[in-house]
Amino acid sequence: MLIVVHASWGGLEAYEFKDAAEEARFKALIVELRCLVCQNQSLLDSDAELADDLRRETYNLMKSGRDDAQIIQFLVDRYGDFVRYRPPLNAATALIWFGPLAVFLLGGFWVYRTVRRQQPAPSMSEDQEKRAARLLDEDAG
Amino acid sequence: MKRWLPLGIFAVLAVLLGIGLGLDPRKVPSPLIGKPMPAFELSRLDNPESTVSDADLRGTVSILNVWGTWCAECRVEHDALLRLARTGEARIVGLNWKDDRDKARQWLRDLGNPYAVTAVDADGRVAIDWGVYGAPETFIMDAEGIVRYKHIGALTDELVSREILPLIKRLKSGA
Repeated sequence: MLIVVHASWGGLEAYEFKDAAEEARFKALIVELRCLVCQNQSLLDSDAELADDLRRETYNLMKSGRDDAQIIQFLVDRYGDFVRYRPPLNAATALIWFGPLAVFLLGGFWVYRTVRRQQPAPSMSEDQEKRAARLLDEDAG
Repeated sequence: MKRWLPLGIFAVLAVLLGIGLGLDPRKVPSPLIGKPMPAFELSRLDNPESTVSDADLRGTVSILNVWGTWCAECRVEHDALLRLARTGEARIVGLNWKDDRDKARQWLRDLGNPYAVTAVDADGRVAIDWGVYGAPETFIMDAEGIVRYKHIGALTDELVSREILPLIKRLKSGA
């Protein structure tokens, strides 16, 4: 497997941008994209050679006038949804999106049931209640 | 009944985590499966003057193997690849990825050449079209040039006899 770690990549200095907005756009794009070699790093963070190639590809696509959606689609067509840090909602990813909510609701339901099942405090008869009030009064007095 | 619930939850978790341990997070499914192979045209390793293209992979069941001399796993799979080539079941085309031409030629001289032809992808541009992210990678295409299979990591004799040769036979019989 290819795991090439070399001196930290030169950063964005290697790329030329016409203005700060374009640079920000490029940064936002490569933060969204996963380096498939390191997997837990975005294209912005990664030093891997493949990340370098994919950054250059992203840059060239941007410079050729493609919009963000087209650029991301270009990479998804080749590397699959995994290349995106925010996976799209579809049948395969539904569990990722709704799993936590389902677990939360299940837990909530369980707590609700447990609480409801607990026996209510035994109710007191009228005499008992008066006696209790008297005792409390004495205590306060 | 109720007292067994925690044990049940534990058992389910244990099974799920156990399956998770067995999965390789590097094995990312390829979106190319079932799609026409990406077009390319690159210079030949043995002759920079002439080119190799996706046309060289059409018309028969073919294999594209991505390799480089810098890739240790490629050396691991090389003998299995040579044996696969010797069966003559499929045309194997090499994609020499981000490598040095002289080193690559030396490699094939030293270790033997399983490839009908090798394309040189020096800047890795074609590899991106194929969704390559870690050599070695192996693609199998049917006669129409549809990608049918991808393996990431070294080929082994076991994998070749269990998956690859049966798949090639199926593709040849048009199933």
